[in-house]
Amino acid sequence: MSIETWLPVAWFAVIAFGVMMYVLLDGFVLGLGILAPFAEDEDQLDHMMNTAAPIWDGNETWLVLGGAGLLAAFPKVYALVLSALYLPVLLMLIALVFRGVAFEFRFKAKTLRRAWGLAFWLGSVFAAFAQGVILGAIVEGMPLQAGKYIGGAFGWFSPFSMLTGVAVLTGYALLGATWLILKTDGRTQAMARMIARPLTLNVFAFIGLVSAWLPFLSSRVMARWFENDRFLWLSPVPLLVVMATWLLWRAIPRDDHDARPFMLSLSLFVLGFAGLLLGMWPYIVPPSLTIWEAAAPPATQGFAIAGLVVLLPAILGYTWWSYSVFRGKIAADAGYH
Amino acid sequence: MSLDPLLLSRIQFGFVISFHILFPAFTIGLASWLAFLEWRWLRTRDAIWRDLYAFWLKIFAVSFGMGVVSGIVMSFQFGTNWAPLSERAGNVIGPLLSYEVLTAFFMEATFLGVMLFGMQRVSERLHFFATCMVALGTLISTFWITSANSWMQTPAGYEIIDGVFHPADWWAVIFNPSFPYRLVHMVLAAFLTTCFVIGGVSAAYLLRGQHRDAATRMLKLSVVFGAIVVPLQILAGDMHGLDTLEHQPMKVAAMEGHWRAGEPGEGVPLVVFAIPNQREARNDYAIGIPRVASLILTHSADGEIAPLTSVPAEERPPVAPVFFSFRIMVGIGTAMLLLVLVSAFAWRRGTLFDPQRGRWLLQGWRAMTLSGFVAILAGWYVTEIGRQPYTVYGLLRTAESNSAISGAAVAFSLAVFALVYLCVFGAGLWYLFKLVRKGPQPHEPVPDTDAGGKTPARPLSVGDDSVENVA
Repeated sequence: MSIETWLPVAWFAVIAFGVMMYVLLDGFVLGLGILAPFAEDEDQLDHMMNTAAPIWDGNETWLVLGGAGLLAAFPKVYALVLSALYLPVLLMLIALVFRGVAFEFRFKAKTLRRAWGLAFWLGSVFAAFAQGVILGAIVEGMPLQAGKYIGGAFGWFSPFSMLTGVAVLTGYALLGATWLILKTDGRTQAMARMIARPLTLNVFAFIGLVSAWLPFLSSRVMARWFENDRFLWLSPVPLLVVMATWLLWRAIPRDDHDARPFMLSLSLFVLGFAGLLLGMWPYIVPPSLTIWEAAAPPATQGFAIAGLVVLLPAILGYTWWSYSVFRGKIAADAGYH
Repeated sequence: MSLDPLLLSRIQFGFVISFHILFPAFTIGLASWLAFLEWRWLRTRDAIWRDLYAFWLKIFAVSFGMGVVSGIVMSFQFGTNWAPLSERAGNVIGPLLSYEVLTAFFMEATFLGVMLFGMQRVSERLHFFATCMVALGTLISTFWITSANSWMQTPAGYEIIDGVFHPADWWAVIFNPSFPYRLVHMVLAAFLTTCFVIGGVSAAYLLRGQHRDAATRMLKLSVVFGAIVVPLQILAGDMHGLDTLEHQPMKVAAMEGHWRAGEPGEGVPLVVFAIPNQREARNDYAIGIPRVASLILTHSADGEIAPLTSVPAEERPPVAPVFFSFRIMVGIGTAMLLLVLVSAFAWRRGTLFDPQRGRWLLQGWRAMTLSGFVAILAGWYVTEIGRQPYTVYGLLRTAESNSAISGAAVAFSLAVFALVYLCVFGAGLWYLFKLVRKGPQPHEPVPDTDAGGKTPARPLSVGDDSVENVA
């Protein structure tokens, strides 16, 4: 296999991995932000935010890797997608600004403490929704003419992208709730357990709805799911989704395995993500650009991937180390005052 | 009414990057300063060092947070507003930015968490290691982003195929002609910015009779550091200028307000003040000193540099902003030099740290607290406006780099960015100001860690105590 064939494949895998890491890691941080209104008082919101305070910054860096990696490996996609989705990207960035600074400002504010709590909540909600809309718009397909996007400033707005927006929002909320089950105890954990089950049902319903809609999109993502006998090969994915949902439903109320609900929620996201990627393959911007059509030359992709091979394991290593430094339950009141 | 997406995109980029640069410019120096403070504390066990570390760590946390969120905006600007630039130059600058993420951003973000919240969870040495990794990360980040910018200023190591840049020699790309100068100039600028904040804050404490020991210590360090680094920075700036003369002569001509060649042997005057008139291609109200620009730039009294009129009008950068920004930067550099030299002299005479006898100098330091930020912005305006009308110098015009988006969409995003940034970063600056007013707290109690291995909810209270009510 020539280098022009496999380098774009490798890079597609890298970007998919980076985006998935972002979705999983910032997903639970955005998720606990989405759940902010369930905090009975400011102390409880403190407790929720403190579970993520030492790590949110590193989690968000995966988004930057996604952006920079896309620019390096598939500059056409970076240019096309971001300019076509100008307004949802703007919404996401502004929301992330509010969410991010709320981590720093809220603990310093007194009169504005509630306002920064609100910024944390709304920032998380809109960032999650915008990411879902962006995902939906990409999956739905980007009409091109002579290499230029012709959808207009609101081309991303559709029933499907609104559905994926709400679906991602709900999914992140589930990640956040199960993260809180893992990292807290007392009333915060009880609150998380209470809302995790309804969220599980909703997420399952959204996965079903989106999956059912996919074959009817003009981008024909998922059409390949039903070509020839492929469905047979791919059928473990939906089966695993059903199984993970069932296990998650059962694990949520049990107080002997606090990590299990979080792991199962993560696995739901991984499965959903894998399902989408299998449907999109080999397109990176369906139905217009395949990964080979969009790829940067081997001189670019090769140079960047050489560093990645060395640096990514190191990054994963010290990221794991930092999580282990902050392992265990986060107390509700320690260090307070 | 027609909204020009190109002009609005340029304003937006200038706005979001100007805000963003303020934070890294500060945290690059601050991270190294924190490493220094922690090192002193571990070596001497003198509690003042630890208190100072805790104090500046709070400032660092707020500044770094604002740098992160404004930086995420930057990483998408090239795609949203400058899609053709990304498409045509992404093959070259994309990997440089990727390396920045891989070698710096993850390291900074991850070790920052340990630095802020891990004091009770890791050993002292490991915590010091985390601080050093954050400091190293800020410098590595500067390396890559400056390289990417420099490549766009002085492109090298590329070939153009069908209008798209392809890398031909990565070593030549990364170490392009202006990169070493720009990197040194920028790193020193960042260190000096922090140095003058530290010195200015210390002077304010001394003037108010607060935190005497800590403030004296910090001001001494600022004077020593400034006395060494300000002259080095002036030298680095001079060399950077000579390099620019070679590769971007029109930028230098705009800096000097040099429109036309004089008589042979007349040399180029140093224009001290003027109002550049772009339309008439001349200076109004010019006051110049004959031959000095020749001396500075060519090291000979009758040396010539290419005047602005040697290229067609549409190839010239906007002269007035470059001309004035350059004078602001140089003016601040000169003021910095004067201040550190006079301060060193007063220190020897024993008057510097006396709030009465050293009053004028301390007020000078206080007035110069934020001067580094102004100088950095002015310097970047010189180099970024001076490379117009190109994004990739000489090869890709700014007008060809803009996304095909509607002017209305860009006007909307610009308005949103302006509103949000002013609110959010205004609030952030206000909290920083309050933290500084509160000052280092002596013997801040070290937070307890539960025996059960639980994370203190707000360890080390990184500025967690409310600062709003501080007078």
